[in-house]
Amino acid sequence: MNFNSKLLKDLVKTYGPSSNENDIRDFIIKEIENYVDEIKIDALGNLVAHKKGNGKKIMISSHMDQIGLMVIDIDKSGFLRFVNIGGISPYVTLSQKVLFENGTVGVVYSEPVDDMSKLKLENMYIDIGAFSKEEAEKMVNIGDICIYYNGFDENDNIVFTPYLDDRVGCFIAIESIKTIDTPKNDLFFVFSVQEEVGLRGAKTAAYGVNPDVGIALDVTSHGDTPKAKKYAIGLDKGAAIKVKDNSIICHPKVREQLVKIAKENNIPYQMEVLEFGGTDSGAIHLTKEGVPSGVISIPTRYVHSTIEMASKKDITNCKELLVRFLNSNLELF
Amino acid sequence: MLLKLLTESSGVSGNEKEVRDLIMDEIRGYSDSIKIDRLGNIIAYKKGLNSSQKLMITAHMDEVGLLITDIDSSGLLKFITVGGIDKRILVSKSVHVGKDKVYGVIGAKPIHLQKKKEWINALDMDDLYIDIGATSKEDAEKYVNIGDYASFQSDYIEFGDNLIKAKALDNRVGCSLLIDLIKEIKDISFYAVFTVMEEVGLVGAGPAAYEVNPDMAIVLEGTLCYEMPNMDSHLMPTQIGKGPAISLADRTTVYNPQFRKRIEEIAKSNQIPYQYRKSSMGGNDSGKIHTAKTGSITTCISVPCRYIHSPNSVMSIKDYENTQKLLRAILTEYGKGVL
Amino acid sequence: METKALLELLSNDYGVSGFEHTLKDSIINSFNKFSDDIKVDALGNVIIFKKGQSNNVKIMLAAHMDEIGLMVKDIEDNGFIRFTNIGGIDPRTILGQEVVVHGTKDLFGVIGSKPPHLQEKSEQDKAIKMEDMTIDIGLSKDEVQKYINIGDTITVRRNLIELKNNRVSGKALDDRAGILVLYECIKELSKIDHEADIYLVTTVQEEVSMAGALTSSFKINPDIGIAVDVGFGTTPELNKSNSIELGEGPGITLGGNIHPGLRKKLVEVAKEYNIPYQMEVSPGPTGTDARAMQITREGIPSLVLSVPLRYMHTSVEVVDIKDIKDTGKLLAFFIASVSSENLEGLLCY
Repeated sequence: MNFNSKLLKDLVKTYGPSSNENDIRDFIIKEIENYVDEIKIDALGNLVAHKKGNGKKIMISSHMDQIGLMVIDIDKSGFLRFVNIGGISPYVTLSQKVLFENGTVGVVYSEPVDDMSKLKLENMYIDIGAFSKEEAEKMVNIGDICIYYNGFDENDNIVFTPYLDDRVGCFIAIESIKTIDTPKNDLFFVFSVQEEVGLRGAKTAAYGVNPDVGIALDVTSHGDTPKAKKYAIGLDKGAAIKVKDNSIICHPKVREQLVKIAKENNIPYQMEVLEFGGTDSGAIHLTKEGVPSGVISIPTRYVHSTIEMASKKDITNCKELLVRFLNSNLELF
Repeated sequence: MLLKLLTESSGVSGNEKEVRDLIMDEIRGYSDSIKIDRLGNIIAYKKGLNSSQKLMITAHMDEVGLLITDIDSSGLLKFITVGGIDKRILVSKSVHVGKDKVYGVIGAKPIHLQKKKEWINALDMDDLYIDIGATSKEDAEKYVNIGDYASFQSDYIEFGDNLIKAKALDNRVGCSLLIDLIKEIKDISFYAVFTVMEEVGLVGAGPAAYEVNPDMAIVLEGTLCYEMPNMDSHLMPTQIGKGPAISLADRTTVYNPQFRKRIEEIAKSNQIPYQYRKSSMGGNDSGKIHTAKTGSITTCISVPCRYIHSPNSVMSIKDYENTQKLLRAILTEYGKGVL
Repeated sequence: METKALLELLSNDYGVSGFEHTLKDSIINSFNKFSDDIKVDALGNVIIFKKGQSNNVKIMLAAHMDEIGLMVKDIEDNGFIRFTNIGGIDPRTILGQEVVVHGTKDLFGVIGSKPPHLQEKSEQDKAIKMEDMTIDIGLSKDEVQKYINIGDTITVRRNLIELKNNRVSGKALDDRAGILVLYECIKELSKIDHEADIYLVTTVQEEVSMAGALTSSFKINPDIGIAVDVGFGTTPELNKSNSIELGEGPGITLGGNIHPGLRKKLVEVAKEYNIPYQMEVSPGPTGTDARAMQITREGIPSLVLSVPLRYMHTSVEVVDIKDIKDTGKLLAFFIASVSSENLEGLLCY
């Protein structure tokens, strides 16, 4: 299998927490600028790449932003206090290495806690090895956001890295942009901002694009680990086609078209009924007069941890499914 | 004094008329156009020398309060809260009910008649009622109705070291700052929007931003302030006396870092003290403004207020004045070209 | 068609949030003869248009066509189905229910869980969680998979029951009762003059996201938006301060979501035509389509009318037919009272 690990690795390690996506946006622009007809950046920082075609206007959204920790205070001994940007679990974050945009490294620990079940973010701090407030202030500022700092590993089929959410979606979008020569439909690939804090970029990007159909690319959870809560999605079982999550009930016609294309092209797939969470399509489908929308999900283990896992076969199948969907006849929309 | 007039008038979310009328009287004659939209928002425009960016400055008019839901047979009024009020602060307070501002008090079962174990639980909303002194339901209905709004009864007083106590500093303080700007600023274009129903879900802001469609917005607020001796500094959202608070992130917005840093530069170069709003709890109109249509860049500048959402909120006059200075400096920079 | 008969047809049928297309034909067929045009939009809202005498005023009425329900989330090795909820469902109200699983064909099933005999005494006092329940359709896994997929919807199997005093009980009266109000309204409007163009919309997905109200009101962009939904019907354990009585007319809501000028006019019309009504208060955005209409575009002045309904979100909801008829009439007379001449005055702050 020809899997572009280097691209995925570069994507997941590029800095870009919600509200500060400049670095990742620049990286993605360099990757795609020779393969698209037009590139726009909107007020919130969404990257909108247009591959012109006739047919229906499709918005394909994968989010560029990452969850992170925002510094709100520096104490007199140089320790940093923070709040969460996006979904951050205290247990997953404890003892993790973090990285600031300027390269400053830190580790997250907590005040002594008697009862671990009561651990809260406000009892935790980031240690960047500074010994005074002044020294710390030379390295970071209040308002700076750090991201998890962990490496990228892989074996034949599995990748192990933070931030598959949603750089793997961006990966699929970039690969699709490069694969599709003459689009049969009018394609707007949106690399959105601020999904992790409330699908904010997608809302304004969709308003600007005003598509006929919307597709989001994002990770979904798994039900295939020991005593996991009942959930029919597992790694290596194919592209997940979403039925619903907390932000959207996918339009039946979009879902059915995805299933039809998967069946016709022998692409392994699984149906996804998620009882929590949301994706950019949650915002897209509510735009203006309503946009029939769906989601292609990449099954992922340990989402929002410092080491997420996905199957290269699943990722490739998601890309296959997307490309064929984008080139299909969408006249019923 | 303007802030006194504003805080002593009644404008619970969904019933902002008295405050709206007061603000209209103040700004009429200082704006090139004023309208009241379909939800009751005031949208005013000051035309100055052209700028390439459309700027909107906004403050919400509404305050938290109560709404009468029933009048029982003995003439006592049952109610619900409008906006986020900690129900524990309600007991033993006085209120004004309805258009005629009928006085009422919130009572509950006397402590003498309660068992010891009852004391440890907060009174449930179902145990609270407003007493206007009526003798029966028919009697009460001469003065008040189901559907009347009630606001806290609390007068404006100056005390201590340049401090002010009043109700509704959240967000009459923002309204006052915005009215000052409308009256003082000349030759600089901006939209001044006074929104409704922020406290019950940022309701007014979305449609207002949809209509104005700004490139940038400055949201003015009265915000959380909590300081106790020996408290960790990172747990203090803001502090009295440290100047206007600039927001970093809250439940509804992660504020654009470049815009925020520009504001900080302006404060520094004009020697205006400022602080960060360190908490990420709470939200404000920016949530709906920055995601309207194709989006905009926002910042939130707040005056710290202790005991927010209670009848007796407290702020420092110095903080208010420094916030005024900061806003004037920002608009001056904006008038020179691009922010 | 007679009121009770149409209510029975719609209540017995099914259309869970996101999957309302099964209802659209019944709705189109019954509203057809009273309307000038009917369209179905991108998300599935049915938009029924009745022309007024001029086209200077646009009024939109919204009653949601979706109902709460369940969805297949997994199939066990023994053929039992695991499910999740769509919309707000109290798990205690579904244990032991008969259901219909809507796969490639409709299949009958029963919701069950661990029998009490096999439970610890302490377990027996606790409510059973949805994740511990299963649906038994009596087939093996292979057989099940021939007809049922993950993502198929499930509804309670219930036929409308007639009670005394012209009251009925059934599932999904939230908000099929509201759709019947629209029906009564359009019937009345065909007999009287009205200046305004009327858009009666049966909206989708109110129970989960109000996607239908948001997008249809964006498209129509009316001068006035009126949501017709259900309100908590008084029963002994509820407070009188937050419920309305069956048989005493619609609840007219007051509060932040409601335009005060329009509300005042609505109450005047009710008094003028002797239509009974009751007060309802709500501090901010209501749990109805009006919440979405009010904040669409530059804002749409909104009203909420509620049909009193007992036991909301169970499969034995109870309404009084008289309330449906009164609400429909009130709506029609209110609509007839609005013209381009008085609109500005009504909407003024």
